[in-house]
Amino acid sequence: MSHLAERIAKAKAEGRAALIAYLPVGYPDVAGSIAAMIAAVDGGADIVEIGVPYSDPGMDGPVIQQAVDVAVRAGVGMRDVLRAVEAVAAAGAVPVVMSYWNPIERYGVERFATDLAAAGGAGAITPDLIPDEAADWMAAAEQAGLDRVFLVAPSSTAARLGSTTAACRGFVYAASTMGVTGTRATVSDAAQKLVARTRAAAPELAVCVGLGVSNGAQAAEVASFADGVIVGSAYVRELLEGRGADGVRALSEDLAKGVRS
Amino acid sequence: MKTTSPPQPGERLLPARPGWPDATGHFGIFGGRFVPEALIAALDELTEAYEAMRVDPVFLTEFDRLQRDYTGRPSPVTEVERFAAHAGGARILLKREDLNHTGSHKINNVLGQALLTKRSGKTRVIAETGAGQHGVATATAAALMGLSCTVYMGEEDTRRQALNVARMRLLGAEVIPVTTGSRTLKDAINEAFRDWVTNVETTNYVFGTVAGPHPFPAMVRDFQRVIGDEAREQVLAREGRLPDAVLACVGGGSNAIGIFTAFVPDEGVRLIGLEAGGDGVETGRHAATITGGSPGVLHGARSYLLQDDNGQTIESHSISAGLDYPGVGPEHSYLHDIGRAEYRAVTDAEAMEAFALLCRTEGIIPAIESAHALAGAMVVGKELGPEALLLVNLSGRGDKDVETASRWFGLGDREDVDPGPGLDTDQQPTEGAVTQGDAVAGPDSGETA
Repeated sequence: MSHLAERIAKAKAEGRAALIAYLPVGYPDVAGSIAAMIAAVDGGADIVEIGVPYSDPGMDGPVIQQAVDVAVRAGVGMRDVLRAVEAVAAAGAVPVVMSYWNPIERYGVERFATDLAAAGGAGAITPDLIPDEAADWMAAAEQAGLDRVFLVAPSSTAARLGSTTAACRGFVYAASTMGVTGTRATVSDAAQKLVARTRAAAPELAVCVGLGVSNGAQAAEVASFADGVIVGSAYVRELLEGRGADGVRALSEDLAKGVRS
Repeated sequence: MKTTSPPQPGERLLPARPGWPDATGHFGIFGGRFVPEALIAALDELTEAYEAMRVDPVFLTEFDRLQRDYTGRPSPVTEVERFAAHAGGARILLKREDLNHTGSHKINNVLGQALLTKRSGKTRVIAETGAGQHGVATATAAALMGLSCTVYMGEEDTRRQALNVARMRLLGAEVIPVTTGSRTLKDAINEAFRDWVTNVETTNYVFGTVAGPHPFPAMVRDFQRVIGDEAREQVLAREGRLPDAVLACVGGGSNAIGIFTAFVPDEGVRLIGLEAGGDGVETGRHAATITGGSPGVLHGARSYLLQDDNGQTIESHSISAGLDYPGVGPEHSYLHDIGRAEYRAVTDAEAMEAFALLCRTEGIIPAIESAHALAGAMVVGKELGPEALLLVNLSGRGDKDVETASRWFGLGDREDVDPGPGLDTDQQPTEGAVTQGDAVAGPDSGETA
């Protein structure tokens, strides 16, 4: 059974969308990032997307790059990520790892799957791994009982929406705008359209929307048409601007109200 | 023995490709597409457009006309006897890509991709550049074809290469300094991909080397293979035989793939890629990706790369910015693994010794990138002996490197400076003979080869 799907279904049963908080391991340091994740859970996040620091984060905008850069320079690695996974699970949220592909490949695909499952992780989101290249990961995840979350985008063809959602377990990540991560003033119309197209391709799979959501009002808007709302840069900004775990908790509370409105 | 002229219009991109990559861009276990889903549609569209154009007589005729009338192709082959006297007496032929418009092989690829962009109806091109050669070439092609052009360049490089920044701006391009990560070429590539994913409807990404996601490695190879197609015919015509070895420098690897491809089926011809050994591979301060790296994923493809135990890309080091890249094109990784090509490292000092030697013996100032291939030829020539015939790709000229070389040799600041033993070519140059001067000669010229 998919832990991610289960938690999203539970939110749905409460008549709301799930709140998914992204935070990278290692900013401002490992302990500080784990404290921030727990604060996000305390504030109301259902799922924590635990970011693996990577030197070349091609899909991320300046906010996340800046934080991740610090973690990379500090030598943060998969061992630290697994500690964060354990901490988030203990705090009562569902941990899912978000990693560009090379750190996983370097750690060893099977080893990663085994260790992640042992730490209580639900699975992984792989932003630069498309299902076409994911045979090893699919096999290892299946073996370890892990979810695998791939991305769809406004530019995805109907055929790709079909093949990508078929490879997903847990949920599918709808990258709502053509661009990189970062907060935006408005949620793009493309998000709602993409969710509708994705639902048509895979009616049983939860669709969670990421890219651009930064406050409760936007979360409410996305929650009106998606199963989950993913927020990243806004959380990271709380840390970059020095508001620490308290800022993260307050943001979570605002967003949690949003997904319930 | 064939002694025909270079390929005619319509034949340029058509010579049989090697049996790789496969339909999804894999060279054995290497290559492929490791990019966000948002880019897949653009890569599919580019692949489709390119596959249609490469057999379209109108496109091929125009491409051929540009190569001839604008770039100045075919580039000549020059025998360098005085230089070869320092290479064990082996005969050495240079393929003169340094004589192309804009000064290097980069223009071959850029004209192809810019023409493809124009005929696809897109109005804007973007490019990454290390120290400016690919950026200048892209800005040149954009000016020629009336395309808007944005070039991403690491902030460090914009400062060190102010002249190339000015050249790009004169040509009408916008140059954006990249302030993220290590502020070098690899971060410029990340930033260009971010631009592309945001502006894909109007914009093509003109990638500078045979790396990146499919179709870039195959497409850039096809645009660069003219180097080897011409050279193979030229060598056969003048010598009545094939060379014993073909040598080229390898950063990303486009000039090397360009000259290797025509010779891949010629099993008796050794293909030797010279990587940038920096301070020496054993010091960890180098850019010798195949010699000193391991397989992984970077910039959209699986290939050898320089990485640490956490899978983070390690910063590379080379006197030549064009070779100063922690990755390499996937086809090189494949040619290495199947044993068809061999890769060796050349240190900064060895490259600069060869640089000085070519200047003094032949009156040709090479790009420091290309000097790595020349240094390789000095070693291979001694190994193979006087009967050997070597073909070396002189991928670019060294005008851009004059300042770096002056610093390296301690020239330029004062007229009374002794040029040092490395410039005294009456003696057989020996390893380490070049005066290192102030060892600040960092990666500040050139482009991923």
